[in-house]
Amino acid sequence: MEGPTQVNDRSAAKGALPDLLYSDAERALSDALASLLADRGGLDKTLARTESAQTYDDKLWSSIASDLGCAGLLIPERDGGAGASYREAAAAAEVLGSYVAPVPFLGSAVVATAALLSVGSQGRLLAKMADGGVTAALAVPFATAPGPEGSTAFPASVRVAGPKPGDAATGVARLRGMVTGVADALPASVLLVPADGVPNAVYLVDMTAEGVAKAPVTSLDMTRQLCDLSFDDAPATLIASGQAASRAVDAALAAGAGVLAAELTGLAQRCLDMTVAYVKERRQFARPIGSFQAIKHRLADLWVSVSQARAASRYAAACLAAGSPDVKVAVALAKAYCSEVAVTAAQECVQLHGGIGFTWEHPAHLYLKRAKADSIGFGTAGAHRAALASLVDLPAS
Amino acid sequence: MLTGASEATPDAIRDRVRAFLAEHDPAEMGKQDFNNARFDAGLAWVHYPEGLGGLGVSRTLQAVVDAEFAAAGAPTNDPERNGIGLGMAAPTILAYGSDEQQQRWLRKLWTAEEVWCQLFSEPGAGSDLAALGTRAVRDGEEWVVTGQKVWTSQAHQARRGLLLARTDPDVPKHQGLTYFAVDMTAPGVEVRPLRQLTGEAEFNEVFLTDVRIPDTDRIGPVGAGWKVANATLMSERVSIGASRAAPRESGMIESAARTWRSRPELRTPGLHDRMLRLWTDAEVARLAGERLRQQLAAGQPGPEGSAAKLVFARLNQEISGFEVELAGGDGLRYDDWTMRRPEHANFYGRGPGYRYLRAKGNSIEGGTSEILRNIVAERVLGLPAEPRVDKDVPWKDLPR
Repeated sequence: MEGPTQVNDRSAAKGALPDLLYSDAERALSDALASLLADRGGLDKTLARTESAQTYDDKLWSSIASDLGCAGLLIPERDGGAGASYREAAAAAEVLGSYVAPVPFLGSAVVATAALLSVGSQGRLLAKMADGGVTAALAVPFATAPGPEGSTAFPASVRVAGPKPGDAATGVARLRGMVTGVADALPASVLLVPADGVPNAVYLVDMTAEGVAKAPVTSLDMTRQLCDLSFDDAPATLIASGQAASRAVDAALAAGAGVLAAELTGLAQRCLDMTVAYVKERRQFARPIGSFQAIKHRLADLWVSVSQARAASRYAAACLAAGSPDVKVAVALAKAYCSEVAVTAAQECVQLHGGIGFTWEHPAHLYLKRAKADSIGFGTAGAHRAALASLVDLPAS
Repeated sequence: MLTGASEATPDAIRDRVRAFLAEHDPAEMGKQDFNNARFDAGLAWVHYPEGLGGLGVSRTLQAVVDAEFAAAGAPTNDPERNGIGLGMAAPTILAYGSDEQQQRWLRKLWTAEEVWCQLFSEPGAGSDLAALGTRAVRDGEEWVVTGQKVWTSQAHQARRGLLLARTDPDVPKHQGLTYFAVDMTAPGVEVRPLRQLTGEAEFNEVFLTDVRIPDTDRIGPVGAGWKVANATLMSERVSIGASRAAPRESGMIESAARTWRSRPELRTPGLHDRMLRLWTDAEVARLAGERLRQQLAAGQPGPEGSAAKLVFARLNQEISGFEVELAGGDGLRYDDWTMRRPEHANFYGRGPGYRYLRAKGNSIEGGTSEILRNIVAERVLGLPAEPRVDKDVPWKDLPR
């Protein structure tokens, strides 16, 4: 891409920028996913699902996960995954965002996978996740922002409790505590739980184990319904402790925020597309409302914003994929920017659809709720701007 | 008797209320009887004419009257149950209704014995209200009405509806409309709940099928419906934008400020700047609303009501969006998606997520913010209107 970088950070920003376009492989993945979702992820079904007992679409996820291989995009081929990168994961997230698809791609295929890849030596679990047989979630509140320095997941709200008889022989630890508002944990069978202890650590917990309970949360965004997790002497297996645990959680939160920026980009694009189609068709004053400059200019501005957002989210994906030293800046930049663009796009979508956009039957609200929730998920725009302040040396005082 | 403006002092009006209360004990009388008597004594809405619940005195004296009645433990007229009646129907009836209609409707309206709703918008006629297609065809001393209305608050509780219908499709759209009051219990009126993005159904769709309306329930001349409707809409925008004198930190800003003060752990410098900007905007809007009320007390509603409604919509949306974000993890939760039928929008009894979603309607209902900006641009600033392709074409020939 042309033009000098504006980032005034040290070495990372001085090199050439990565490819910010879509590769042929990424396009092929997006097209396949889009065609599956157009076929199976109809918005009327998604809307009806938000009021059902099963807010996640397990069958759709199974197709996306195994038929298209999306569950294992980040997982190395030696562990049964696709051996792809965050570029492909971000491309998939854009499409999933454009359909507000009720599947745990973000939580399992991105966040939990990133934590496990950081931990290392979890090949057997990753292999089960790669074919969609196991869905995992990192037990942190969805609103958790990646910290600029060190993990924000510690101190955790879960702690290591005293052992039960027989635990010493089996090597089982016991966890006690509660984590509220966790994304994509409802359909998960395995939890990765950061817990306080000496030292702090991340544990694997089987969702069906005794002492583990999940309570669905009435969520602002019911296409990604949150749940509260509680652990009452739940049996757990240590997978990383100390620095390695912090690194794993950091990697997961950064991946979550970066890929969420891509989801928000896809969502914003869809809101723009839906609105443009509507204002071409809706007539008032004997002309399409899209012929009024007041409407045209707003949508032109929105298109400009979405184009900017795409550049930001592509850069974050490229930096995550390459393990770039600029990754923290890239993720903070993308999440700060895309959060606001997507919320604006969804709000404009409701407003420019007029009365029909305010109804339950029209899907615009699914996008509004997803955009607003995602704008908080893995850190608000404000939290990411605050992170940038130290990352790019623009201190508050 | 208090007859002239010279006697219309707060003291004089207070004495009048006390004299009324001496003869009408709210503890002894039924609510309806008490409010009927209050209306007949001219103490309902004091700026209305004598004989119609008022004394023909300044609107500013209403607060004195209301305070006296409240202090005496008198029942209210349940204004929240009949906001459209009080805010829109009554001023329209006062301006355009016949003497007979005013006598027939206003007392039951004020006491909320009869709740009113407004049947204006249609699926194909929102911002372009004048293009509406509900037909009213004359049949002797009656009109026969068929069509579909939408976004009708309180239709399921209303006894009467303000109806705008097309009586002449062969003339340009603004000229072929006539204004009626429709009996919502009449045969052919069907009310269906319309669920909104908050999960509840505060509004309705109203289907009218061969509904017969006596010509005596027509408000204003045949073909004058647009002019009458504009009086209603101006009153609506005023009542949405500046309903009552409010203390500092009322409305949406109140709960945002309360959260800010009680949850120091949520504070960041970025949010602090936004909190203060929104607080400033809300306080300025309060002062502007008070200024609008003072203008109103002196005369009729003007286009300034449009400005108040524009600000109200923007502020409600920004403050509630901020509140959701401020709440962080709690902002991701919602109180209840269950389909319900509330009596009226309840911004403050529910969580920030509800406020955020419900406020999205504020820039759509009662005139979109886009249309209000046109009104400000054209009527206040005198800017030329967009070239119109639909002004001189008979309604039936308009492209749809």
